Amino acid sequence: MSLGVAITGFGESDLGVVPNQSPMELTVAAIQQALVNTRTSRGAIDTLITCNSLVQPIMYHAEATAEYMGLTPRHCITVGTGGGTTYSALRQAAAYIREGMSQTVVFVMADSMRSFITRERAMVIQASAGHATFEQPYGPTVPAYYALIAQAHMARFGTTEAQFAEAMVSSRAWAALNPRAQYQERVTVSDVLASKPIADPLKMLDCSIVSDGGAAIILTSSERAKDLCDLPIELLGFGEGCAYEHISQAQDLTTSAAVISGQKALAQAGLTPKDIHLAQLYDCFSPALLIQLEDLGFCEKGGGGELLKSGATRPGGSLPVNTHGGMLSHCHPGNPGAIFGLTEAIRQLRGDADQRQLKEVQHVLLHAQGGIMSSHATLIAGVEA
Amino acid sequence: MSQKIAPQPNPISQHYFQCAKEGKLCLQQCLTCHRHQFYPRSLCSHCGEQALQWAEASGLGRIATFTIVRRGISAAYSTPYVVALVDLDEGPRMMTQIYTEDETLLVIGLPVHVAFEPWSDNYLLPVFKPVHEFGES
Repeated sequence: MSLGVAITGFGESDLGVVPNQSPMELTVAAIQQALVNTRTSRGAIDTLITCNSLVQPIMYHAEATAEYMGLTPRHCITVGTGGGTTYSALRQAAAYIREGMSQTVVFVMADSMRSFITRERAMVIQASAGHATFEQPYGPTVPAYYALIAQAHMARFGTTEAQFAEAMVSSRAWAALNPRAQYQERVTVSDVLASKPIADPLKMLDCSIVSDGGAAIILTSSERAKDLCDLPIELLGFGEGCAYEHISQAQDLTTSAAVISGQKALAQAGLTPKDIHLAQLYDCFSPALLIQLEDLGFCEKGGGGELLKSGATRPGGSLPVNTHGGMLSHCHPGNPGAIFGLTEAIRQLRGDADQRQLKEVQHVLLHAQGGIMSSHATLIAGVEA
Repeated sequence: MSQKIAPQPNPISQHYFQCAKEGKLCLQQCLTCHRHQFYPRSLCSHCGEQALQWAEASGLGRIATFTIVRRGISAAYSTPYVVALVDLDEGPRMMTQIYTEDETLLVIGLPVHVAFEPWSDNYLLPVFKPVHEFGES
């Protein structure tokens, strides 16, 4: 059952390595492309929701974006839940429409972690993931936080490094079919295990890539959407969950608030994990993907390693995951990483995914997380049968 | 040579670092529910009451999880180094580093004991050593 809100279309900026456009220009390029793709007039935007750039933060990001484009939307709001922003922000967008405050919402995220970051800024961003006084001084890196989780999962459930490695194997098997993916070369488990050690048990190929790029999504009421596009993407359910911010405050290192977020979203949609044809998950590091598979109910707790190893998530598998290649291979400009999970889902639901096109796809589960598996947001989207 | 990252204590957590300078690991304890908490706060994160006292901890705990960092956060941190979460005997969990002669012997659940290491800006920071190595160096 639709929530009464639908996506009419999206736009993407250039993706990958884009040295000639700053984060603001990528943001604007994504919006422009979305307007063209959906034949929406720029004056129709009455709400603009953005997420700040990490590389070049702006105090009033949404307002500055509107001003740059010469637009005056009634509502401008900058939303931030880190990597989870995509689906938390979409929930805000849906609320604007459901409450009758807005007819046409544009939600956009873009950043330039690859080409516009300075070494100093990279350090500041990396260090700021931890508690300034009680974590940062000990020198944890972002991969190290996920390594702490991976190590705990291995000790508790017997998960192996080779099982974590399957995340990248699956990601590259899909990326090899996607000309827009930044890395398209297939890899094997041995390649991952032999890649450069970063923070035990994680190696270079357990970690997401670094990219430039962005995307914009256009939303309106389901009723209006029918007249504006051929196949509206209906929003069916949302869920959010937050268990802590800093990893040292996590009471449970191996089960995340994705459990709460996923259950709420599925319940609102009236679906179960068995009804999901495609899962677009947050693969910032291999253990995050593995734990989401468990916490979102696609296997029993502790079974994530076996599920990945089975090949279910790869092309031809029973549970396709991140058919665009995910943040491990396709595009990961920082916080906007998850938005490409959504643009790919729209392609899949509309039959526009070329070589990656799934035979049957009606319901998609999309998930993103912020912090160190701290805050979670899930969306169930689909098309009318 | 860059410096290690220094803590940024506030008026509440200052006391924790003062204790560390004296070689003591001190935790806040709630006068209402009697539980300990870490990091220091203006209220008890268990029950929400505001009457707290400082109590010296035993300095004993167990490794909840750890990672051997191979690619460090800056040149000031020579690799490899071990970042860990330790469950203190008093209950709270904290981030720390493990100082050990042999990283290959580290396992989750290993008993550890606090030690104090000079950091940047004249701070001493609590780190932990495996109990079986404690007192050797």
